[in-house]
Amino acid sequence: MNMISLPSRRSRGKVHTPTVTLAHGGGGKAMKDLIDDVFVGAFDNPLLDPLDDSARIDLLDLAQYGDRLAFTTDSFVVDPLIFPGGDIGKLAVCGTVNDLAVGGALPLYLSCAVIVEEGVPIDLLRQIAGSMAATAKDAGVKIVTGDTKVVNKGACDRMFITTTGVGVVAAGVELGAHRARPGDAVLVNGLLGDHGAAILGARGDMALRAPIESDCAPLQGLIARLLEAAPNTRFMRDPTRGGIATVLNEIAEASQIAIDIDEAATPLRDEVRGFCEILGLDPLYLANEGKIVAIAPPDEAAAAVDAMRAHPFGREAAVIGRVVDGEPGRVAMRTIFGGRRIVDMLVGEQLPRIC
Amino acid sequence: MKFVDEFRDREKADVLIKAIEQLLARMKRDETRPLQIMEVCGGHTHSIFRYGVEGMLPKSIELVHGPGCPVCVLPMGRVDDCVAIAERPEVIFATFGDAMRVPGSRKSLLQAKADGCDVRMVYSPMDALALARLNPQREVVFFGIGFETTMPSTALTLLQAEREGIENFSIFCNHITIVPTIKAILDSPDLRLDGFLGPGHVSMVIGDAPYEFIARYYKKPMVIAGFEPLDILQSIWMLLKQIDEGRCEIENQYARVAPAGGNAVALKAVAQVYELREFFEWRGLGSIDHSGVKIRDAYARFDAERKFAVSNARVADPTSCQCGEVLKGVIKPWQCKVFGRACTPETPLGALMVSSEGACAAHYQYGGVKRGRDEAEASAA
Repeated sequence: MNMISLPSRRSRGKVHTPTVTLAHGGGGKAMKDLIDDVFVGAFDNPLLDPLDDSARIDLLDLAQYGDRLAFTTDSFVVDPLIFPGGDIGKLAVCGTVNDLAVGGALPLYLSCAVIVEEGVPIDLLRQIAGSMAATAKDAGVKIVTGDTKVVNKGACDRMFITTTGVGVVAAGVELGAHRARPGDAVLVNGLLGDHGAAILGARGDMALRAPIESDCAPLQGLIARLLEAAPNTRFMRDPTRGGIATVLNEIAEASQIAIDIDEAATPLRDEVRGFCEILGLDPLYLANEGKIVAIAPPDEAAAAVDAMRAHPFGREAAVIGRVVDGEPGRVAMRTIFGGRRIVDMLVGEQLPRIC
Repeated sequence: MKFVDEFRDREKADVLIKAIEQLLARMKRDETRPLQIMEVCGGHTHSIFRYGVEGMLPKSIELVHGPGCPVCVLPMGRVDDCVAIAERPEVIFATFGDAMRVPGSRKSLLQAKADGCDVRMVYSPMDALALARLNPQREVVFFGIGFETTMPSTALTLLQAEREGIENFSIFCNHITIVPTIKAILDSPDLRLDGFLGPGHVSMVIGDAPYEFIARYYKKPMVIAGFEPLDILQSIWMLLKQIDEGRCEIENQYARVAPAGGNAVALKAVAQVYELREFFEWRGLGSIDHSGVKIRDAYARFDAERKFAVSNARVADPTSCQCGEVLKGVIKPWQCKVFGRACTPETPLGALMVSSEGACAAHYQYGGVKRGRDEAEASAA
């Protein structure tokens, strides 16, 4: 960063109203005050501070980490905004950081575009920005550019956030959904379905309170450990919406192989199992926000599990199945009962059953 | 997990499978065809697929997945009526989750919601009544659906609304009753079934007496079964034992939940609130006499059908559907002409593809559509 000359620190504005109004999106002083007070203050870094139209990043600086740029974007519309184990801000950072990391990239820079509905308390916005800043710090990334829009009441559900991320892939790291081979191990880094269950529980419309926290976490550290221990890892993906069932089907389809998983080896919290039992949901389809599915060659599987277990976000890591020679694209599960069933892609959203 | 894992024990399953195999080996039966056992209830169908029970059984036992999924058998005309009610600006339409995807002739409730209707997913009719209390200026309509299992909770909610003097709450009653439908299946000329697994949660309410006619007049055995995979295996073993010993009885495997006499309080509420309809339309099975209930005149003000002058128009099932034959065990789901092609869970044509409890949807989701297609082609060749 030392090759960019930065202007001297300018004075920052302050917000003077308790809630966001359309004036905060008008492009004038009120907007500058909001951005300065809420976002620039929280994200606090020299690339963002001048508030230029774009952040400029030194190419030589990036090149020290690898030989390819990774670039991704994601939008976050979670309801409720604050849930057990996280909030929309933490989620917006983790989601994009994890999308970069599972591609083998070191996440470095994020953008943050926020659409806010008029009437949202400034304190709430401040809390979310603070959460983004803290998570970015944990993830080792900087939020270097952004945008804020305010929309009329009813035009959005309080707050939507889009983050775009840039990272660098180290030379030699080659990951792809098409690389799975028969004999490979299917790994996860821990208990599945926590995020989906936490969000459904927090919405309150199931009239069911469960002590389940979202697993929302930035995984770049865990993934770096995994890649050190198992350098020939074939592929990784974060099983967010659609759960691990969807990711396994995508891998089986892309690699034209079959996958067998073992229900007894699949790590699930008792609370999540109970939650799914009562509502008639299948945990394999529940969203995760701090989990990866990894495909590793057989001789590196044990090292990969050990490396993940040594990390705070991988204590419950496990081999849950194998890539096998079989009907291409087929994912099957040996049930805890000893039977076998197909694990297919979900059609639409999971809906609770009547009886 | 306590009180769950005990009923999914792999070792106990092995013991039961061995016992079933031994029984089959010594039984005198027509070896040219498999024994066909119908599980009446969609909850059983779901468990059978969820735990892969069918694949663990000997090939000479074939499970036929019955009509007991209330979401599946809801006819298109009734879904159209739901949508028409939900489209009224004053209405909050409250429904169980899996009823939202059932296609009507115009749209499903899920589509109606996307088009701006106020459709809310609830987990119990009491949640709908709570919505009525919270929104006194709106009309809350609860979509009453299900067999005797859910009938009492709808009835008790109506009685609670009456006690509280809540005027902005009504029920669109689509409750149905399983006994006339089993009778309709037994009366069909192409029937091949050898016995039934009875719906345990219905018996929790009605007991076992209403099924006596199956054994007495139709000479078919039935075992009222629980919903865990071990319950299902044990019930199949009990059924085979009856067949082996030449008995036709209504036995109860699910006595831990379903008492012989049913639930007197629930039955009283049901009798107080509902009366039998002359007939009710079932998707895939057509009109069946006395197979549905409606709200009695005394509670007319809680009856959405009367409050909103519902049209009650009949919409014919698509002619390409073979749901009726699948339901009676004449063909397997994947042998239907449209299975996995025109009829998928995304665009269901037939009743059985609609909910995850439907036999075809369960086959599609858990049974593997590719295998199904291969087998269909092999049998056609």
